[in-house]
Amino acid sequence: MRDLGIDVLFKGSNMLRLLEGLWVSMRISLISVVISMVLGLLVGALMTRKSKVVKWFTRIYLEIVRVMPQMVLLFIVFFGTTRVFGWNIEAEKAAIIVFSFWGTAEMADLVRGALISIPVHQYESAAALGMTELQTYVHVIIPQTLRRLIPLSINLVTRMIKTTSLVMLIGVVEVLKVGQQIIEANRTSSPNAAFGVYATVFLLYFIACWPISMLSRYLERKWC
Amino acid sequence: MVLIMADELVKIDHMTKKYDENTIIEDLSLTIHEGEVVVIVGPSGCGKSTLLRCINGLEPIQGGSITFRGESIDGKSKHINEIRQRIGMVFQSYELFPHKTILQNITLAPIMVQKRKKGEVEKEAEELLSRVGLLEKKDSFPRQLSGGQKQRVAIVRALCMHPEVLLFDEVTAALDPEMVREVLEVLLSLAEQGRTMVIVTHEMSFAKAVADRVVFLDHGEIVEEGRPVDFFEHPKTERAQKFLNTFTYDKVEKAK
Amino acid sequence: MIMSWEIMRAYLPLYAKALLLVLKIGWIGIALAILIGVGCSMIRHFKIPVLQRLVSVYIELFRNTPLLVQLFFLYFGLPKLGLDIDAEVCGALGLALLGGAYMAEAFRSGLEAVEPIQMESALSLGMSRRQAFLHVVLPQAISISVPAFVANIIFLIKETSVFSAISLMDLMFTAKDLIGLYYKTGECLTLLVIFYLIILLPVSIVGSLVERRLRYAGFGD
Repeated sequence: MRDLGIDVLFKGSNMLRLLEGLWVSMRISLISVVISMVLGLLVGALMTRKSKVVKWFTRIYLEIVRVMPQMVLLFIVFFGTTRVFGWNIEAEKAAIIVFSFWGTAEMADLVRGALISIPVHQYESAAALGMTELQTYVHVIIPQTLRRLIPLSINLVTRMIKTTSLVMLIGVVEVLKVGQQIIEANRTSSPNAAFGVYATVFLLYFIACWPISMLSRYLERKWC
Repeated sequence: MVLIMADELVKIDHMTKKYDENTIIEDLSLTIHEGEVVVIVGPSGCGKSTLLRCINGLEPIQGGSITFRGESIDGKSKHINEIRQRIGMVFQSYELFPHKTILQNITLAPIMVQKRKKGEVEKEAEELLSRVGLLEKKDSFPRQLSGGQKQRVAIVRALCMHPEVLLFDEVTAALDPEMVREVLEVLLSLAEQGRTMVIVTHEMSFAKAVADRVVFLDHGEIVEEGRPVDFFEHPKTERAQKFLNTFTYDKVEKAK
Repeated sequence: MIMSWEIMRAYLPLYAKALLLVLKIGWIGIALAILIGVGCSMIRHFKIPVLQRLVSVYIELFRNTPLLVQLFFLYFGLPKLGLDIDAEVCGALGLALLGGAYMAEAFRSGLEAVEPIQMESALSLGMSRRQAFLHVVLPQAISISVPAFVANIIFLIKETSVFSAISLMDLMFTAKDLIGLYYKTGECLTLLVIFYLIILLPVSIVGSLVERRLRYAGFGD
């Protein structure tokens, strides 16, 4: 049987190094997700306001995020800021800035969608029952909004994790890069390592994202 | 062996219908004769819609038989498409095809299934549309029509297949009150033409006017059947009396 | 910050070449993705045994992993099994496999959104199941899925920006290369943005026009 290059993974601390690499991506994703959620909630709520200025501003923001590849944004922040402002942003920080910028827009759009999906008569019937505005929000609107929002924002987490793989292309040493290094180091002793290592990275990502996707889908079925 | 008389169009013989363990219809027998208008009434969930769906082979049955002119109606059989062409069905929610115009909705099946000439089918469709007062809507899409108009189109769509019997499943239940009449009038005129029809409805005064025979269904069995005058004026069973009473109100006695 | 038009003009042909490459691979990949997606959702819709399982596994695998990792596996991993794939083919294939999984989900929810009673109403007119599916269910499912398809197409075009990782000379590759060579960062990045806008803005605009059109033609009460 052909050597599939899987043995490399069990040599020395290779598997551990891969997992450490995965953790780098995860850390970037998690930080970006937290920032995105907080800012997304604010921007999303802002988007339901009637102000024309706010509307245009957020519209342009969303449109930029919609059509620009995250990779391009990453290049602009990573390479561009050095030239324009003379800052030298670390790759990891650049990644967090870009993914938060992207994630905030996605989250804001979800928040806006969830808020406007609550029919007007929900507000009206709460008012008709004599509830104050605060009571209406706390007991009627927010619980319904959250039910729509939570599955979708969990889904955003998996998208964030997948997108984080891009940081490799601006030089962050994450799981794919570690994989590459392992393959390089074992070039002679294990020429087929590329298969085993990349298959493992593939599976690692799957193991990280799949349960989250399932949770999101489960909640969506249950609540929506 | 079920004996078939010449004018027996649909014969339901000791039919049983179950969903999992729930028996919806049990041991029901009913025969629809040619030219007859049978109205089925009964409380919600009594199995009347299910009965219609069984007659069109849309629901598998667990016992007994349903035949159309002696041929067994079975959703899984090869001949079911031919039988369904001869049985028209109109649904509560119209079920027009939203991606087709009104005219296309009507002509699709005659052209595709019956392989009739497009020109001839369109001519007939237009004629039928004008009879229900909707000719000018022929190039509209269903979403541009009101509920009553959609339902009239659905009836025309069924008619254009030249069915031998028409099944109406609560065709006015989804309509606003002021639109009920325009649809029921179409049904009345079909009855006048001597068409064979099975109508499930909650409109009691309409049932009384159109029916040759009223069948009262409750808990999946026929409790009472007879001429409309007898059924509505002098219901024999207590269950039928109770059911008919739900349509009348007593004057409120105000507490002093 | 002053940018030189001269430099930008000089770089233009390189970007144009990269653009053509992205368009070529992108359109083949997306066309294949739609085919795979429609095929897979049919298999799931009609519950074809065994294949249905395989399709589910495929969809879950490719929806839950990044394109970059998929490409690394296809381009560097598979040759070790003796399956040598050309970089361009690999790019198109990766895009097709990723996109297929997304398109399958989009199309499936389109199929699910058509009420079963529409099928029954077609059957009651004497149509066969096949006729009813082709003429009644399918056209509606397609219209319903169009917005999701458009969103997926935009997503897939954006995803092509990782092609440089398998040494395809795409827009990112060109920009990075030029920045590395001449340090004209501003010009290179501006051109990069402009060229992605050239691809994506028309898709985005046409997409929303088609959506509006479809919404008018047949849907919504």
